[in-house]
Amino acid sequence: MNRRIAYIASNTFREAVRDRVLYNLIAFALLLSGAAILVGQISIEIEKLVVINLGLTAVSLFGVVIAIFIGIGLVSKEIEKRTLYTVLSRPVRRWEFIVGKFLGLAGTLVVNTFFMAIGVFLALFYVSHKFVKADALILIALYFIILEFLIVCSLSLLFSSFSSPLLSAVFAFSLFVVGSFAEDLRNFAGMAHGISRWLATAAAYLVPNLSAFNVISSIAHEQPVAGQLILHNTLYALFYATMALSGAVLIFEHRDLK
Amino acid sequence: MKSRRKITIMASTLLVLSLAASAFVLHCTDKLRPQATLDEVLFISSPTLVKRASLGYDGLMACIYWTRAVQYFGYRHHYYAASYNLLAPLLEITTHLDPHLIVAYEFGSSFLAPKPPHGAGEPERAVALMKYGIENNPDNWHLYYDLGFVYYMELHDYKDAEETFERGTKVPNAHPFLKIFAAQMAQHAGEYQTARMLWSATYQTTQEKQIKQNAIDHLRALRVDEDVDHLQDAVTRFGERTGRLPANIWELVSAEGLPGIPLDPDGHPYKMTPQGRIELRDPDAFPFATKGLPVGYKRKYGGMN
Repeated sequence: MNRRIAYIASNTFREAVRDRVLYNLIAFALLLSGAAILVGQISIEIEKLVVINLGLTAVSLFGVVIAIFIGIGLVSKEIEKRTLYTVLSRPVRRWEFIVGKFLGLAGTLVVNTFFMAIGVFLALFYVSHKFVKADALILIALYFIILEFLIVCSLSLLFSSFSSPLLSAVFAFSLFVVGSFAEDLRNFAGMAHGISRWLATAAAYLVPNLSAFNVISSIAHEQPVAGQLILHNTLYALFYATMALSGAVLIFEHRDLK
Repeated sequence: MKSRRKITIMASTLLVLSLAASAFVLHCTDKLRPQATLDEVLFISSPTLVKRASLGYDGLMACIYWTRAVQYFGYRHHYYAASYNLLAPLLEITTHLDPHLIVAYEFGSSFLAPKPPHGAGEPERAVALMKYGIENNPDNWHLYYDLGFVYYMELHDYKDAEETFERGTKVPNAHPFLKIFAAQMAQHAGEYQTARMLWSATYQTTQEKQIKQNAIDHLRALRVDEDVDHLQDAVTRFGERTGRLPANIWELVSAEGLPGIPLDPDGHPYKMTPQGRIELRDPDAFPFATKGLPVGYKRKYGGMN
């Protein structure tokens, strides 16, 4: 990797750690240990199911919130603090800055997810007292969650490259919600006619299809995930994140920073 | 520096005191409105809407709704409530969110179908729930068993019960007793025998403590019903033979050549009234018994509707 990109990425990671982003791990640990102990007492036969569902949902939601709230400030904060000018006055290209920021944030989320995953497995061991082969499927769900983060990070960065933090947050969060309904949108397009069909189809392909990344429920029931889905989701996340990052680079390249 | 310390101490004290005071006031308010915190309201009753609102995290939502259903049933059952209006919608939302949550169907068939205070008294909704379960989990033989059970026990629909058990036998790894049940339904075999077999099967196949206990209670009640039937027949026979009622249960016992006064499952001897009725000594100990209950006996119902 380009050294300049690596440098920006590691700085972004360090900045996120300095901003106490990883403190969310404490909340996560409390949530999971509380649920693991409590649910056994107030519900029936779902201790393991809750740990997997709650654990993976929390990993996903905490990560999405971090991706949005850090992602939206990645560019605008640098402009506001005027540190961007210092960076760009050096031999750093604008696209390198965007890609570095993206990789830094993605790295933060991967590290965060890694620690949360340890928490999920510990809680699982607490309720089951053993691991079974099917528990390895959780790793696939975690992988999909990371792919989802890549998309959300890239979108936050895209919005951050031209909009204010507040509006970027609104846009990114709205797209996350719409992305969760992407399959419905496609079904709706299938039922529509004429121009509305084209518009709905275009919208359905434009918004990120995040529902395909959510396999938490089926994994909680130890249902295997098709290898083809893993391949398709990987390619989709890479293409979509590249598309959003390219958009961010395009906008940022032409942005007047004076 | 000194004033800063003073402010820190003051603020910390105030924080602790106001927290304790607010907790105390809340505790007093709860006493004023004891039902308020447990109000049974289902703000969103549409399973589809809840699924949409869960943004794809429907597994977690299903766990939450399932826990709500368990809490709701447990709370109302504890107070011998006369109705369980929210049980069916809660179970429907749960299973719509997670169609593979088998325990929700199992629980549904056990507690949605029986009449209050033991259940919601909604066998049709229990059947609909089980059918939805079978639709989504066609290879789970337990669901066929549970549906056949509801048809037989609550709806007395032998034809559908037979057909359901029969369909269950075709599921891979189905328990062999499904074949026996299907045959029993076809023959309309003795009620007690069939019911005992069904409850025994429920006891043996479920992992869930509450459902196991329910099966034990039903098996105990079945034994009481059968004992009372036998003893009542003996009283009738005695009357036909002698033209009068036995003077007491001892006379009946010696006339029938029994080794002693028959005992209920708790070891208490059955009693006979001067009118020749066989009764339980402690009917409260057998919530599902339908026979041997004293005249005018009413089951405990709470104030809850």
